[in-house]
Amino acid sequence: MSEAVLMQGNEAAVEGAIAAGMRFFAGYPITPSTEIAEGSAVRLPQVGGKFIQMEDELASIAAVLGASAAGMKAMTATSGPGFSLMQENIGYGAMAEIPCVIVDVQRAGPSTGLATSPAQGDYMQARWGTHGDHPVIALSPSSVRETYTLIIRAFNLAEKYRTPVIFLMDEIVGHMREGVELPKPSDLIINRRKMSFHDGANKQAYYVPEGRYVPAMKPFGQGERYNITGNAHDASGFPTNSHEIAGRLVGRLLDKVERNADDITRVEEYAMDDAETAVVCFGGTARAVMSAVLEARRAGKKVGMFRPVTVWPFPEKQLCRRLPQLKSILMVEHNHGQMLLELRRAVGRDRPVHFLGRIDGTVISPQDILAKLEEMEATDDAE
Amino acid sequence: MPSDLIHQYMRIDHLPQMWCPGCGNGVIMRDVAVAIQELIEDPDLHFNREDFVIVSGIGCSSRAAGYLDFNSIHTTHGRAIAFATGIKFANPKLHVIVLTGDGDCSAIGGNHLIHAARRNMGLTVIAFNNNIYGMTGGQYSPTTPNGERATTAPYGNVDRPFDIANLATGAGASFSARGDVFHARETIDIIKQAIQHKGFSLVDVYSVCPTYYGRKNRKGDAVDMLKWQRENLIPTARYYSMPEGERAGKKLIGILSINDYPEYTEEYAKVVDAVRKKGKG
Amino acid sequence: MRFAGSGGQGVILASVIFAEAAVISGLETVQSQAYGPEARGGVSRAETVLSREQIWYSRVTRPDFLLALTQDSLDSYARSLAEGAIVMADDSLVVPEGLDRGRVISVPILRTAGETVGKAFTANIVAVGAINRALRLFEPETLTEAVRRHVPAGTEELNQKALAAGEALITPEMSEAFAQKWE
Repeated sequence: MSEAVLMQGNEAAVEGAIAAGMRFFAGYPITPSTEIAEGSAVRLPQVGGKFIQMEDELASIAAVLGASAAGMKAMTATSGPGFSLMQENIGYGAMAEIPCVIVDVQRAGPSTGLATSPAQGDYMQARWGTHGDHPVIALSPSSVRETYTLIIRAFNLAEKYRTPVIFLMDEIVGHMREGVELPKPSDLIINRRKMSFHDGANKQAYYVPEGRYVPAMKPFGQGERYNITGNAHDASGFPTNSHEIAGRLVGRLLDKVERNADDITRVEEYAMDDAETAVVCFGGTARAVMSAVLEARRAGKKVGMFRPVTVWPFPEKQLCRRLPQLKSILMVEHNHGQMLLELRRAVGRDRPVHFLGRIDGTVISPQDILAKLEEMEATDDAE
Repeated sequence: MPSDLIHQYMRIDHLPQMWCPGCGNGVIMRDVAVAIQELIEDPDLHFNREDFVIVSGIGCSSRAAGYLDFNSIHTTHGRAIAFATGIKFANPKLHVIVLTGDGDCSAIGGNHLIHAARRNMGLTVIAFNNNIYGMTGGQYSPTTPNGERATTAPYGNVDRPFDIANLATGAGASFSARGDVFHARETIDIIKQAIQHKGFSLVDVYSVCPTYYGRKNRKGDAVDMLKWQRENLIPTARYYSMPEGERAGKKLIGILSINDYPEYTEEYAKVVDAVRKKGKG
Repeated sequence: MRFAGSGGQGVILASVIFAEAAVISGLETVQSQAYGPEARGGVSRAETVLSREQIWYSRVTRPDFLLALTQDSLDSYARSLAEGAIVMADDSLVVPEGLDRGRVISVPILRTAGETVGKAFTANIVAVGAINRALRLFEPETLTEAVRRHVPAGTEELNQKALAAGEALITPEMSEAFAQKWE
């Protein structure tokens, strides 16, 4: 008998989060993410944690931010409609620098859409859903096992950079079951909430020493009174009307992610070393892409897969490193071309990017991708 | 005493506060500070200053969180009670006090108010109720009386108003009370009881907004508005000794309902204990 | 393998049980489902992929096996089978034209659940027992363990009874014939 257990992606998200130290979950039921709330309701009391079902998603994200400010690693899980409702407070979390993890198990939209069907139409929303310029880290798993390990990383990045991290799942991975051998819990679990404030500047709550990006975080109720606000604020954490201070603050928030992109971005590459064609994809779409790449390789075609694991910020450096060897690029995603926009921006307008997408709630198959690759070959030859 | 209070419990470098001359919010903020001070200084009680967290939403009222020298969090419009729920549940030893307004807690945040009342988690909500949206310049709120004027009710308000204290009672709040600006001592005592109450507590404190609500509706200046409170808002003992006929049009200042319902974080802790015992057994 | 029926019949669970049995036996497996918004009624479909090698694409386009518990699901999914696929259908269903009858196992799953086991909702477990014996997929102990992991505590005995009743629907001759076709 093997050590593996049969697990659903949504269950793996719960187990990984708990391994990462998540002890607070607030949420509202929504297909196809509900198993994450259900799993948290079962598991959290077993580890001394707390689960609460709130009255809506607005309240869920607010409670998560409150619990995080009070010292607990906190998470919520939702799908498109609920993710839309959470946007205002995701921006609050970014501005007030409150770490948390927001799981969005994407389903087919817009609006209520097809509640039980897979899609990846929230990619741009994950980046630009809340108003104003703000930093975003978003990760997207493509298997049940990766869901477990990657959500641990999501918590670590949230702690390290003091910012909400979006865990962008899709129905394909959320509802898929696979046998997984859960790795031993990593001892590399980051928890910044034991620190006192940075020295200097009278130990102000949001003081950041020169050359660093992230203020130290101390939870409420542990001896140092301070103020948290979503207003533009100075190092003391109090609102300011100074445009100079406001500009510096937002600049630092953006810089802390952009300038640390090497630390934050991860990609998975398969058969890319000699690839002349790269198939770019993320999340559950990678399953069909891998099948297609293997099939194309068997037919002697130099095709590889390039999969951003960190989907925001987009891993453009890793992609651009591959550009000299590539003759063609195909973007495959379950939407109308969202990562496509980011990909085209990264590679520049003189390099054509082919696209295969789907917006009807059905899954792109390996055959679809192989057909697209053949079509590309035919047109490229014609040119 | 007042200056002592300011030095001890307010953030001097952030004063003077931003409210208009004659606004009732400063008085209510002082009532809250005095109530907390008296609880902390009472040797028979064991209130620790570091355990207080002040949570506010958006609006005139919500600026109070920044002036009070405690752990404070100024959140988003309507969501203060939901943030507070997360804070209290994460660390139940904290005394979590929500400072909110009539718009913040009964319009955009109305859903959170009724569910917090139902859930009975030990939060204290102080509603600074001035019958108007002040921060945005005088639009009608859910507590603007029917027929009165606001910038968005130029011909008189068609809506019927909420009575926030009754709303909380109706939603199952285990403690619901009403206070006002004029009866400061009574209001301080009510707030003290609310904070000591185990479970959800709400105090609907009638503020005055001479700048918008008063001016739009010919209520006179702040003094005239406080006189109205003196005549029409009646503390408990006097209210119940009045002949019933005289109570018409007047409102009670005091506790409207108080019940000993199980408190949420305590009930959840029991669940956790039971689950963990079972897990070990 | 595709499992199809109406919401509430437990075809997803049947599919999960085979995936669990695969995990216990050290096989690679991916299980997924497509279902409508209804908890009861509507079309429900679940798929399990079994392999000795790593599985990438999680969906089944042309299954080698189909379980159908309703006429609708039999009619629609009979059209998208792999060549030589085996179908198990409840014997109350009419086998559609064009389907090779020699490859259809028609057995009284629903009636057995209702009458022999005594609980109509055990039809999915009856089917699991019948499928396993007909195709000789897993050792009986493995399947029993897989079922145990996925049914509510206290119902193990009932489900064991359902599993046995399902196995009993398949005669040794049927098992011999279909297991060969499956291979």
